[in-house]
Amino acid sequence: MGIDLSQFHQVFFEESYEGLDVMESALLNLQPDTVDSETINEIFRAAHSIKGGSGTFGFIDVADFTHVIETLLDEIRSGTRKITSETVDLFLQSVDCIRKLIQQHDAGEPCVIPEAVELKKVFEGILSGGDSENESVSSPEPASTITEIDDQTGDGSQADSPLTHGWKIYFKPELDILKTGNDPLRMFRELASLGALSITADISQVPPIGSIDPEACYMAWELELDADVSKSAVDEVFEWVVDESELRIEPLGSDDAVSDVKPEVLVETAIEEITLAPTASTPEVVVQPEEMTSKPKKDASKVEVSSIRVGIDKVDDLINMVGELVITQSMLGELGLDFTMDSLPRLLEGIEQLSQNTRELQESVMRIRMLPISFTFSRFPRLVHDLSRTMNKKIELKLTGEQTELDKTVMEKIGDPLVHLVRNSLDHGIEMPEDRVKAGKPETGTITLNAFHQSGNIVIQIIDDGAGLNKPRILQKAIEKELVSENDNLSDDQIHDLIFKPGFSTADQVSDISGRGVGMDVVRRNINELNGSVEVESTEGQGSVFTIRLPLTLAILDGQLIRVGDKVYILPLISIVESIQSFQGMLHRVVGGCDLLRLRDEYVPIIKLSSIFNIKSTTQEMEDGLLVVVEGDNMKVAILIDDLEAQQQVVIKSLEENYKRVDGVSGATILGNGTVSLILDIPGLIKLAGVQRYEYKMANNDDDRAA
Amino acid sequence: MVNNETESSSITRINDDTEDSVAHEPSEQYLTFYIEDEIYGVDILSVQEIRGWEPATEIPNAPEYIKGVINLRGTVVPITDLRCRFGIKQFEYSGVTVVIIVKVQSGKSDKTMGVVVDAVSDVSNFNKSEIHPAPELSENKNTAFVKGLGSTENKMVILLDINKLMNTSDDTDLSRVSQVVSA
Repeated sequence: MGIDLSQFHQVFFEESYEGLDVMESALLNLQPDTVDSETINEIFRAAHSIKGGSGTFGFIDVADFTHVIETLLDEIRSGTRKITSETVDLFLQSVDCIRKLIQQHDAGEPCVIPEAVELKKVFEGILSGGDSENESVSSPEPASTITEIDDQTGDGSQADSPLTHGWKIYFKPELDILKTGNDPLRMFRELASLGALSITADISQVPPIGSIDPEACYMAWELELDADVSKSAVDEVFEWVVDESELRIEPLGSDDAVSDVKPEVLVETAIEEITLAPTASTPEVVVQPEEMTSKPKKDASKVEVSSIRVGIDKVDDLINMVGELVITQSMLGELGLDFTMDSLPRLLEGIEQLSQNTRELQESVMRIRMLPISFTFSRFPRLVHDLSRTMNKKIELKLTGEQTELDKTVMEKIGDPLVHLVRNSLDHGIEMPEDRVKAGKPETGTITLNAFHQSGNIVIQIIDDGAGLNKPRILQKAIEKELVSENDNLSDDQIHDLIFKPGFSTADQVSDISGRGVGMDVVRRNINELNGSVEVESTEGQGSVFTIRLPLTLAILDGQLIRVGDKVYILPLISIVESIQSFQGMLHRVVGGCDLLRLRDEYVPIIKLSSIFNIKSTTQEMEDGLLVVVEGDNMKVAILIDDLEAQQQVVIKSLEENYKRVDGVSGATILGNGTVSLILDIPGLIKLAGVQRYEYKMANNDDDRAA
Repeated sequence: MVNNETESSSITRINDDTEDSVAHEPSEQYLTFYIEDEIYGVDILSVQEIRGWEPATEIPNAPEYIKGVINLRGTVVPITDLRCRFGIKQFEYSGVTVVIIVKVQSGKSDKTMGVVVDAVSDVSNFNKSEIHPAPELSENKNTAFVKGLGSTENKMVILLDINKLMNTSDDTDLSRVSQVVSA
């Protein structure tokens, strides 16, 4: 009859992660000087539910650990302990620690985390640390007997408290305990899982049948647990009801008041029958320990299930769409039963409606995968808090546009590059406070994370008001590393762009945070893999802006169909800059190299799709074809094709799933006629064509980019 | 899977040199097909379906025997021409050219692939004891994906290990396979 609790584990984990996030953000809001009781309460509540939940599900280590934190929080809440920035840091560390513990349970491999033990010791040290108020803190609250006993026994850790042969427990819940959803039966069952348990019910308080409130619990119990368990394990069971009941837990065999006050058990069958709590049906119950139901089943569902929370409005939308789709379908079905040419207009109308429904449905489904970017942003306050502390910088983080939505898969992949960029801004961007003052800027630097939608893309900006990129240094470094030659005449943007080169770092010393020279190139690569781009703009002395552009979703792409010979390929519409039909005068043939297109102020290498893909083109002369100028990997190339065809949204299918990666192709899709068409991958094409990255820009003419 | 390749039969008899028992001789079912004049067989359990040839979308710079990819009810499936893979001269595709869609284990995941063959012949049972090991030639390691040789109605059937065959790297020259096995 025991419920398999493991089915709720996933929910508990997710809730705990959320709770930890709440704790973290509240802790970061906490100003040591002015203690805001609401914030403390918020932290306390989150900690409390994690503790309670973990106790219920048998994650004792989490519960133990959280308990100590909670005790300290309680003291802060009641004002007996001042909160200092050290305690806040300690709390933050412990949040990490709990997260780790929970993650391990989540992964199904609980093991000891040394930091947890250490942190707990620190907390216990603080708690017992000569603070005489300590005891008096808990005593005013009559119900917190448990904590009090804890504190007495617990100058070490309670988990290590001496084991006894058993415990004698007197448990008298308040009348309305059942209304709070606590079931004594469940607790007894849990106790029984610890060892042999004998229960004696005290039904002396049960009123005459006429005046019984059916929802009240009039009973008290005396329990004897014959098991070699620590007190904390017993406490765990009563965790949720401590505040609502009279509870005494003493070692078995200890001769004291409680055992004397053994309540007279008035067993009168009449009363017994009307008692509501099911345990009372037999006053003396010996429950043998069965299998440990509360222990998480190790092998239970190792399969990793990732889930998303979806707003109910999105689901409702979806249901509406499906409803309309069904109506359209039945309309078309009816039409098909006896179709005459007269009803052709209606058929066309129906098909039109169907395509509209499909499009709306597609959009709604896509929206389900969309989450506000605050999920990613939320980790940054903590990051900035910690880093600014280690670097002795004063930094304020501003978040804007947190509600901007983007696809979950994109979000998961953009997290690390973002962290890198923010770290970079912190480390290289913002100056030390004294330098800032010297430069006439406020002592506290500002980093802004901004997100917004722009023409079907999501744009994320990391803006700092720091020193900006040091152009001479970058240039010097680049020349040292032979990335550019001294004679190159580079524009500002080109110099800034150098920081994305592999192996480039200008940090004077390799710090913990950044400067190992791996980094910006990885950031760019990761973002490019998401079909996005990253750029930097910077003004010396005033700060820099990193701008990331990402597609909203990875599943669907706006495609431009192009034709070479009899083959149809798809170019991502977003990568197309322009297409040029007559370009006779703009063509420059380079001996031994590839042809170049002179496009206004720059020379763009030309890639002949027919030659790199080894296919026959229908146009004999280059001039008869069409050049599509595309941008990828931060360079422009012109692709020579035969013709442009329709534009359409395409659903991206993986080629790798059944085949393997193909150079120059990022995926495949199925066109309206059922055939497969390949989606071109611009950076891949550039590599395939062997076009060296060169910037044949005409000197002093970069106004179009600077805009 | 039927109990092929299991050792369960060894319980009943162990003195037999092939480890197979007479009473319940484990047999394997193979789908047999023609390429040129040879009969080949693949484990029926790896076969998903048999389709007529339809034009595939070519993959740029793919080996010649990869005919391209087709749309199989929404999934993109690559098509290998076995004739071409084995280095036998090309053959005009016609309405009766057949594509066998197989599921191939590759690493952890299953891949769905199509193979073009001349014609599908039959489904035949081969007792394990009747399957002879493939001839091994030292200088030619290409027989790794030949599971063995069976015979039906006095004709030799080359039984292919489809997993090994489809996972063999592209540049391995398999052109001598047919000569080796029919030698």
